[in-house]
Amino acid sequence: MNIFEWSFLAGVLTATAPVLLAALGGLLCQVAGVFNIALEGQLLWGAFVAVVVSDLTGSAWTGVVGAVAATVLFSALLSGPSVALRADPIVVAVGLNLLALGLTAFLMRQIFGSGGTYSSPDLAGLPDLGELGVDVPVLRDQSPLVPVALLLVVVMAAWLTRTRSGLRLRAVGQHLDAAQAVGLRVSGYRHGVTLVAGALCGLAGAQLSLGNVTLFSEGMSAGRGWIAVVAVMLSGVRPYRLLLACLLFGVAEAFGFRLQGAGLPQQAADAAPYVITLAALVLAAVARRRRRSYEHA
Amino acid sequence: MYAAELVGVTKRFGPVLANDGIDLAVARGEVHAVVGENGAGKSTLMSILYGLHRPDAGEVRRDGNRIVLRSPTDAIRHGLGMVHQRFRLFPGLTVAENIVIGAEPVRNGRLDRAAANEAVAALSERYGLRADPSALVGGLPVGVRQRVEILRALYRDAEVLILDEPTAVLTPGETDRLFEVLRTVAATGVSILLVTHKLSEVLAVGDRVTVLRQGRVTGRFTASETDADELVNAMIGRSLTPPVPRRARPPVGDPLLEVRDLTVRDADGVARLSEVSFAVRPGEIVGLAGVAGSGQRELVDSVTGLRGAVPGVFLAGTPVLAGRDPRVAYVPEDRHGRATAPEMSVAENVLMGAQRDLASRWTLPRARVRARARDLVDRFSISAASVDTPIGALSGGNAQKAVLARELTRPSTVVVAEEPTQGVDVGVRERVHALLRTARDEGAAILLQSSELSELRDLADRILVLYEGRVIAEFPGDATETELGRAMTGATG
Repeated sequence: MNIFEWSFLAGVLTATAPVLLAALGGLLCQVAGVFNIALEGQLLWGAFVAVVVSDLTGSAWTGVVGAVAATVLFSALLSGPSVALRADPIVVAVGLNLLALGLTAFLMRQIFGSGGTYSSPDLAGLPDLGELGVDVPVLRDQSPLVPVALLLVVVMAAWLTRTRSGLRLRAVGQHLDAAQAVGLRVSGYRHGVTLVAGALCGLAGAQLSLGNVTLFSEGMSAGRGWIAVVAVMLSGVRPYRLLLACLLFGVAEAFGFRLQGAGLPQQAADAAPYVITLAALVLAAVARRRRRSYEHA
Repeated sequence: MYAAELVGVTKRFGPVLANDGIDLAVARGEVHAVVGENGAGKSTLMSILYGLHRPDAGEVRRDGNRIVLRSPTDAIRHGLGMVHQRFRLFPGLTVAENIVIGAEPVRNGRLDRAAANEAVAALSERYGLRADPSALVGGLPVGVRQRVEILRALYRDAEVLILDEPTAVLTPGETDRLFEVLRTVAATGVSILLVTHKLSEVLAVGDRVTVLRQGRVTGRFTASETDADELVNAMIGRSLTPPVPRRARPPVGDPLLEVRDLTVRDADGVARLSEVSFAVRPGEIVGLAGVAGSGQRELVDSVTGLRGAVPGVFLAGTPVLAGRDPRVAYVPEDRHGRATAPEMSVAENVLMGAQRDLASRWTLPRARVRARARDLVDRFSISAASVDTPIGALSGGNAQKAVLARELTRPSTVVVAEEPTQGVDVGVRERVHALLRTARDEGAAILLQSSELSELRDLADRILVLYEGRVIAEFPGDATETELGRAMTGATG
């Protein structure tokens, strides 16, 4: 097995894309001081709506747009209570995650008539870049959302450091009172980032259910939203480090697939990304503690 | 016509009348000091002028016109700027970013960093406020951070600059620099409102003075025609009792606190204290002077046991115990971090350390805890709504009295006090000093760290000067501030 095969790298990108899109949303929230742990629920909701809309209209792109719109609305359930009414964002987010799990399972039965997994010839998946005339080995079999996700990393980095709104977002995240004192409309920024994170999670969900595969199954986000949260924590709110953290997860998942091919039990392969995530968290905590002990001396 | 006026301003918070028909007028280019004890209504008044509170009655005028301030944004638009006591800065942004935020130069939709840096450099130059535009604020010393706040207000074209207790966090040198800056800024026509309770500062830098007591104006003075006594009278409604004369009798007996060749290194191996030796005998107050960061923190942490069982520190002849040696009473500088748990009640805060004495076998009876607290509140004249009030809701002076109540009633023989009167008004300061003198007279050995030289001179029998981790000089308690100041900067002989 050669991990430098194009197909392996392509697998890494495929696995990375949904996590990266959701994590970009989480990063944006983190920059503005909103701790968003509802990424998992939003990702699942986005994946579901993408499939429903694509199935109804026969157009994958309409599915993507629908997923984005529906997830923005869904995320308003987070930003409304936690920003305007000052509810505890953790509690609200836990509620949203549970809501997404239950609501998608329920609506699935209502709309498709059965639970479990839905897949149909009517369901239009996103086209491969190869079909759109892109002839780069790694990208040939990817959906167009994959390069979009990578591009968004660059856009996000530039936005945060080079624009006025980016500067203000960082300010809001660092010191709320101070931001208010210099005349920034703090709650506007906090609402804004939560909704944009919703849009990004909608894209992430669509990539998961119409890009990586073409189906919806209950709980198919399978912890990717949580891994996105971890990636945000590992990134130190820097977009390029976020990309690295997400790629680490992508490598683990792609590697897991390969191990499965090599005869390892499926459960072990499935666990690989989570084991890697845990290991990364521990290492980061150790590194942080070491750094802190210097600073405090 | 005045640059800014408050006319008949009244503000009530529940049953408390914080401002009662206050008139205050600031002329163009004037440094106007607003003084008063804690709770006299200074902060409320300034908050009204900066749009943080709205008055119940009365009005705010700028250049003679009535203005309505609904938020700090309105205040900024009307040319008002404020330097808060707790800085409102973004640690992860650069100096320039901190200054321009809210009114950033933009070119082609992008933040124009070059223009921002240029504008900041020009302002720095104009007002003599040096600060590197590209430095991250988080790593800057306090004095420089304050300059950044002032520059921010000036960048937003403030014509009236409010400074809330600006010197509370500064060293004597930084304070002098700040005053020079304020004079420079005022000379360009900016009006300055200086909120303070340090009278020496008022007399040093103010043009005019307005004194508040219990929400009312109790005096208006021209700084050059008044003196500290007159101001104190207006502030507290009586004169201060004259300072207790230093005792002539030298302290006797074996040292209760002894430090021998103490060297402390940080994790990088850099010596923070080098071969420090001194002793404090019963009934003696030893002062500790020095520029901030000269090793005071390390010395205090070593002596209290917070740094562990450091070799070289002896209490009544035996080594200091790690953790927090119960033989030491400690009044920390950081009032709402080390000294108190701000969200816990007064009763719980004064209990800490004495809980074992009140506990029955399994429980800690609340009635006993509260009764003890009530007793301490009376004895130390702490004004709190009740002993169940969170201590963080008390004024700085009352919180400090509560800390002293807890520490001075411990069965300790050594007292370590760090900046015991920082941020408290003259009345409380007098009371704190009296408490420390009483502890001394009862035979405690006291180590007093203070950045206020007048405090050290009032209290200490001897003053040690720390410089770069060494005791480079020792003075008698009546050394002049000039002598002390010179030694603090490392000038010996």
